[in-house]
Amino acid sequence: MKITSKLIALLCAILLFSCGGKEEKKDGFSLERSKVEEAPAQTSVASDEVPASQRITLDEKGVGQIKEITLDPEINTAMAAEGEAIFKTNCTACHKLDKRFIGPSPKGILERRSPEWIMNMILDPQLMTEQDRCAKDLLVEFNGAAMANQNLTLEQTRAILEYFRTL
Amino acid sequence: MKKVKYSMLGLLGLSMIFIGCNDPGKSSNGALASSAAEKVYIAPGQRDSYYAFLSGGYSGNLTVYGLPSGRMFKEIPVFSQFPTSGYGYSEETKPMLNTSFGFVPWDDLHHPDISQTNGELDGRWIFVNGNNTPRIARVSLSTFETEEIIEIPNSAGNHSSSFITENTEYVVAGTRFSVPVPQRDMPINEYKGNFKGALSFISVAPDNGRLNLEFQILMPGFNYDLSRPGRAKSHGWFFFSTYNTEEANSLLEVMASQNDKDFIAAVNWMKIEEYVKNGGGTKMPANYAHNVYDEETHTGTSTMKKEVITVDPTDVPGAFYLLPTPKSPHGCDVDPSGQYIIGSGKLSADITVHSFDKMMAAIEGKKFDGEAYGIPILKFEEVMAGTVKSGGLGPLHTEFDDKGNAYTTFFISSEVVKWNVGTWEVLDRKPTYYSVGHLMIPGGNSRKPFSKYLVAMNKITKDRYLPTGPEMEHSAQIYDISGDKMELLYDFPTHGEPHYAAGCPAELLEPRSKKIYRLDENKHKYVTSSPDQARVERNGNEVHVYMSTIRSHFTPDNIEGIKVGDKVYFHITNHEQDFDVPHGFSIIGQNTSEILVMPGQTKTSVWEPKQVGVWPFYCTDFCSALHQEMQGYVRVSPANANVELSWSLGE
Repeated sequence: MKITSKLIALLCAILLFSCGGKEEKKDGFSLERSKVEEAPAQTSVASDEVPASQRITLDEKGVGQIKEITLDPEINTAMAAEGEAIFKTNCTACHKLDKRFIGPSPKGILERRSPEWIMNMILDPQLMTEQDRCAKDLLVEFNGAAMANQNLTLEQTRAILEYFRTL
Repeated sequence: MKKVKYSMLGLLGLSMIFIGCNDPGKSSNGALASSAAEKVYIAPGQRDSYYAFLSGGYSGNLTVYGLPSGRMFKEIPVFSQFPTSGYGYSEETKPMLNTSFGFVPWDDLHHPDISQTNGELDGRWIFVNGNNTPRIARVSLSTFETEEIIEIPNSAGNHSSSFITENTEYVVAGTRFSVPVPQRDMPINEYKGNFKGALSFISVAPDNGRLNLEFQILMPGFNYDLSRPGRAKSHGWFFFSTYNTEEANSLLEVMASQNDKDFIAAVNWMKIEEYVKNGGGTKMPANYAHNVYDEETHTGTSTMKKEVITVDPTDVPGAFYLLPTPKSPHGCDVDPSGQYIIGSGKLSADITVHSFDKMMAAIEGKKFDGEAYGIPILKFEEVMAGTVKSGGLGPLHTEFDDKGNAYTTFFISSEVVKWNVGTWEVLDRKPTYYSVGHLMIPGGNSRKPFSKYLVAMNKITKDRYLPTGPEMEHSAQIYDISGDKMELLYDFPTHGEPHYAAGCPAELLEPRSKKIYRLDENKHKYVTSSPDQARVERNGNEVHVYMSTIRSHFTPDNIEGIKVGDKVYFHITNHEQDFDVPHGFSIIGQNTSEILVMPGQTKTSVWEPKQVGVWPFYCTDFCSALHQEMQGYVRVSPANANVELSWSLGE
C-alpha cells in the first residue's frame, strides 16, 4: 500500500512536471546539446578527421565499370546541356546546387572526386556504398539516405559529368 | 491372460509385417516423400522453371505461381478493385471497370489462355474472361498488368471463353446462359425457340493486342459451356460444348438432363470471317464498354461502342454442324494434333472422342441425323472415334502431354486419369484431394505441351491444411508426369476459386518482364517530370497536386490552402528508376484505397477533406531506411477561409 501511494505521488509529480514543461516550450524543445555533442564528435574523429563530404580523394577511382577516362580540356557544351537536363529530371529530388539537401551539392565535386569515381557512383550507387570507403562514409554522413540507382546509361552518366564541370 | 497378451502382440507384429510387405507404397512412404520433396524444393535464391497463371474465380483476379514450388508471386487485379496496388481505386484505373451497367468493381474470372503463334505459346499476353458481367480482358505478360477489357453484349454467363485461335487471330467468348437478343421484356417461359446463345469472335491486333468485337453468331438457345480452337489440321474451326439442348428455363438440375445426348457445336470461323468480310451479317444496335490502358500515359480510357455485327447460322451453310455427345458435356478439348475433340459428359463414366477427319467425311457424305434450328446434326457413330472406358465418374476437363497421352479430371470420383490418345486405353489414375475441377499442363492446350508437371485444381479442401474456420482456400496438387505413372508431389493452397490455369516455361517470360517504366517515356497528363515542376493548382474547388517521390520524401510535403469541400487530386510521379522501388501514398480519411506507384509511373488518388485540421499523408511501401520519415502534412481550412494556396519541401 505504502509503495503504491508513493508511486502514485511520483507519477503525479511527473505528470505535473511534464505538463508545466510543455506549456513553457511552445516553440518546440531544445536539449542541452553542448555536452552531448563532444563525445560522438571524438569517436568519429578516431576513424577519420575530415568528414567524407569534404575529403579530397582525387586518386580514388571507386568501384565499378569505369576504370579510366580522360577529359578533354575543352568542356563540350552540348553534352553538358544534355547532362543538365538529365540531372534536372533524375537527380534534383535529392541534389540541389545551392545547398546540401538529401545528398551533397554537386558544385565543386571535381575538386574532390575523380571523374571515374563520380560516374561509378551514379551508375551503381549500391555497389559503391558497399565497397568504396568514401561512398560508405558519405552514406553515414548523409543520414543513411541511400543514393537511388536511376538506371542511367553510360552516355547519360558521362553527360552529367560534363555538366558537373560547368558548375 | 499373459498368454493371450503375447499371442495378440505376436499377431499384431505379424500383421504389421504383412502390411509392410503387401503395401510397398505405404512402407516406402518416407523415401517417396523425400524424393517428392526434392522435386518441388527450390532452394533459397533459386527460381522455378515454370510460370502458372491460376484464375481466381470469384476473387475476380489472376494469380501467378511458380512450378514446381507452388509459391505465389503475384495477384494481378483484372475485374476486381485491388487496394494493394490501387487498381480500380486510382483515377487512371477506374475506367477499366466501366461497363454498360456502370462501374462494376468485381467479376468471376474463369479461363486464362496464353497467346499463341502457330499453335505454340508465345508469351505476349494472357486472356481471361469475366463470367458474370460478360467481359474479356487482355493482360500484358511483360508488365503483368491488365491492359484491356471489352464487354460482350448479348451474352450472359460468359463461360465458354476466353480461348484463342492458334495464331491469336481471335479470342472467343461464348455465352453459357441464352437470353433474348436483343434484350426485351418477355415471359421467361417463352424461352424455348426465342432465346439466343451468342458466340463472340474478338479479333486481336498482332502488333499491340488491341481487341475488337468482329462478329457474334446467334446460335440456338442452348447453354454453351466450354470451347476450344481447332489446331493444325482443324485450324479454322472452333468447338463448343453445349448442355440444356432441352431449352429448359427452370429446374435445370433435372430438366436439362433429359436428353441422352447434347451437342458439341463445330463452327467454321474462317468461313464466317469471309462471309462478314464480304458484307454478310446484320448490323445491330448495341451498347458495350471497351476499356484500354495505355502504358505510356499510365491511364485507362473507356469508350462505349454502339454496334455489333450478328450472324444467323442458317445464313452461312457449311459453317455450322452439331456433333451429338452424351450426357451434358462440360469439357471440350482438342488434342495437340488437332485430330481429336474430346467431350467429357459430366454425368457419364465415359469420355467421348470425336475425330476431325471423320467429321469432315460425314459432312462430305451428308451423314446427317436431322437438324436443330436449321443446323445439321451429324450422325453420332459417323463422327465418334472412340470412347475412353475410364471406370471413373464425372469427367470434366482434359489436357495433353507431348507423348500422345491425355489426362482427364473426374470430379465425382476425385481423380486424374491418364489415357492414350488413339487406343483409348487407360494407363494410370491418381486420386486428387478433393473433387477436382480443372487441370493444367503448361502448353497442354496447344500444339506443343511441356510434359513435366500437371496441376490439379480442386473444389474441396476439407482436411488438407490447418483449418481456418468454415471458409478455406481451395487446394491444388502438383503431379510429376514425366514418367509412365503420375507421381503426386505437392499440395498448395490457391486464392479464390481457380477455374482453369495456363502455364509456360519460365524462360519464355523471364527475360521480357518489365523492371521499370522509363520516366522520360511518361506521357501522363499530370506527370511531374522533374521536382521543380511539383506544384499545386486550384480550379474552383478542384485542386491538383503535382507531386513527385524518391527515397524518401514527397515533393512537396507541406501543403496549405486546402479547404473543406475541395476535391483534391494527388498526382504522384515516382522518380525512382530502379527495379522494385515503388512508393505508396495514402492520406487520412480518404474514401478510396492507397495507391502503389511503380518507378517512372504516375498515379492519381482523390481525397475529399471533410474536416478542418492538419492531416498527414505517408508512403505505404517500406522504401528505404528512412521510409518512416516519408510523410507530409496538408492543412485543411474552413470552406470560407482565406489561407493562400502554398506548398513547400524542406523550408
